[in-house]
Amino acid sequence: MAGPVQSIERAAAILRLLAGGSRRLGLGEVASSLGLAKGTAHGILRTLQHVDFVEQDPATGKYQLGAALLHLGTSYLDVNELRSRSINWADALAARSGEAVRLGTPLEGRVLVIHHVFRPDDTLQTLDVGALLPLHASSLGKVLLAFGATPLEPLLDGEPEAYTRHTLVHPEELNRALGEIRDLGWGAEVQEMSMGEAGIAAPIRGQGGLVVGAIGVSGAVERICDTKGRPQPALITVLREAARAISRDLGAARW
Amino acid sequence: MVERYVMSIDQGTTSTRCILFDHGGRLVSVAQREHQQYFPRPGWVEHDAVEIWRNLQRVVPEALLNARIDASQISAIGIANQRETTVLWDRRTGVPMGRAIVWQDTRTAPLVDELRRDPGEEFFLDRCRLPPSTYFSAPRIRWLFDNVDGLERRARNGEVLFGTIESWLIWNLTGGTDGGLHITDATNASRTMLMDIRTLTWDEALMDFFGVPRPMMPEIRSSAESYGEARALLPGVRITAALGDQQAALFGQTCFSPGEAKCTYGTGSFLVMNTGTDLVRSEHGLLTTVAYKIADQPTVYALEGPIAVTGSLVQWFRDRLGLIHSAPEIETLARTVEDNGGCYIVPAFSGLFAPHWRSDARGVIVGLTSYITKGHLARAVLEATGWQTREVVDAMNADSALALKQLKVDGGMTSDHLLMQILADVLDVPVVRPLVAETVSLGAAYAAGLAAGYWPDLKVLRRNWHRAAQWLPDMEPGRREWEYSCWKRAVERSLGWIQPPQRS
Repeated sequence: MAGPVQSIERAAAILRLLAGGSRRLGLGEVASSLGLAKGTAHGILRTLQHVDFVEQDPATGKYQLGAALLHLGTSYLDVNELRSRSINWADALAARSGEAVRLGTPLEGRVLVIHHVFRPDDTLQTLDVGALLPLHASSLGKVLLAFGATPLEPLLDGEPEAYTRHTLVHPEELNRALGEIRDLGWGAEVQEMSMGEAGIAAPIRGQGGLVVGAIGVSGAVERICDTKGRPQPALITVLREAARAISRDLGAARW
Repeated sequence: MVERYVMSIDQGTTSTRCILFDHGGRLVSVAQREHQQYFPRPGWVEHDAVEIWRNLQRVVPEALLNARIDASQISAIGIANQRETTVLWDRRTGVPMGRAIVWQDTRTAPLVDELRRDPGEEFFLDRCRLPPSTYFSAPRIRWLFDNVDGLERRARNGEVLFGTIESWLIWNLTGGTDGGLHITDATNASRTMLMDIRTLTWDEALMDFFGVPRPMMPEIRSSAESYGEARALLPGVRITAALGDQQAALFGQTCFSPGEAKCTYGTGSFLVMNTGTDLVRSEHGLLTTVAYKIADQPTVYALEGPIAVTGSLVQWFRDRLGLIHSAPEIETLARTVEDNGGCYIVPAFSGLFAPHWRSDARGVIVGLTSYITKGHLARAVLEATGWQTREVVDAMNADSALALKQLKVDGGMTSDHLLMQILADVLDVPVVRPLVAETVSLGAAYAAGLAAGYWPDLKVLRRNWHRAAQWLPDMEPGRREWEYSCWKRAVERSLGWIQPPQRS
């Protein structure tokens, strides 16, 4: 097993140092306090600044803890910003798939729909941004669960509701399904929330690969799935391309 | 078979973008880079034209790389650009004469006031259909001649070229100092105050009036036709379209029939209605402009209501007040409150454009009480865009035989759902967003693709349009009227703030 990563240890020391003092510290003070070369300290501070753990005063150039540290437990990406940065790719996905597109983020044990693009057939449809979907019976929710964007335990502590006979309600079933989603990199829901409907979803990753949301297409089961009830490969391809494009724009490394 | 694409370049007020579209009008790749805004004095706004050209040289390869596409797969290039922004450069060295003066810049206000008195609006309206305003290019050329030593003489000697941004980019793309094409298109030329809007040629009387020498002016071409091949950046690829960004958005929304209208929400917002081949003269403070001219087909005209400050108010809220970190967060902040708490913001940063046309107006925040939070201010920021749109829609309805039945919207701010709902509420009509919100880029691509034979005709383009989202009005009529009357009173308070300096 590899030993501790030195740069992470140093980053932790810098954060402790900044948290300990009541005032902002300059680069020289940080470096000399920790016995680091200025260049090394600067590189670490820049990286911490990049992930918003550290802020630099524009006037004095001194450093302090960043606001993101205070909200470590909550989503660091504003949902309206996520929608804004996804809108082009969500449109393109709706155009390519011919199906409705939704984006979701976790909210208090459910999926909050933060963006919705109509199925592009000009029929009457209603925006359902703001709607809440069940985690275990929607493709968006299953993807958020699979990639750790929201915990599974509270769901299993309660009794997951069976919406149809296909809804996964048993812990083993759910765990197996989530494992598969992690392996495949996408997830499906076939008539698990309502009969005749299906959806597929893929994770949206932010900096460092953290999953911040999910994007999915959904519609009539006969359009989403083939005759054997499996999602159409062509749909999966365009879905994953869209998810990757958004992730890339959000600063995730290439997958 | 190798797939082919159309490249769209959108050189906007805050950024330069390169987007690739496929046959279905679907977005395949995007690359974007922001450029610096210079505010050297109150009311002055400048860009560095060299930085913009450099940014273009970066985003084009980036867009190709993102989609793993080769330059040989590009069928044509179309350009959409921020309009009226004025660049003067040296014909021999290609170096700009100072920074570009941006459309929001109000330094020509004293000159414009003078023009209103003498020779008066009619002189200009008869020829170019534009009233004197700091918005347009010609007063800027005059200002530069009057303020930069030797510039006018050099221009008379043919050493200086004028262009709006598309001219600058096309000149550079097609060879620059080594035989670059010095051209503009009819939509951009229609915003200079120098073009005869009937004949689409430079108007002798206006040129004489502003003292603009003919040799510095670009040749006026159609919005969609083959101008020539690029020599830099994408050697051999044809440039086949150029349109002002708002005309491009009208085209991208496929508003090809008289009476069809769209509103684009960006830095500013622009309601544009196709009026067909009729040259309609507004009685209510709207502009008559060229919508597009495809090859040698008849010119199509439009009525336009420009609003100077909408998205840039959000940017100001972010960058100058620091109350939010990113523009979309304005929605998050605004949703922390139920209403505006009685607070209104009239963002007359550059005076007020349509339908008021008051360069003496400046921004006001009214209704402040100790109850007001930053959430109320955020709400007032979004509502300002709603009410400014309402004023322009009212003017459009008064000028046109048909009342607007729905508003087709596009642009970056359409991702703000609260703003879209506010729009539906204050206009009392459905607000509809098309499947491609990037209609400026799409319009430039459509025009370029038509000229290059990538798409056969307008009918095919129309079939690409689909509804992606719709917001329905949900505001009690009494409240709508009350809020509108408050807004109007707020506007009253912004007028006449700027006064000529007192002589002692």
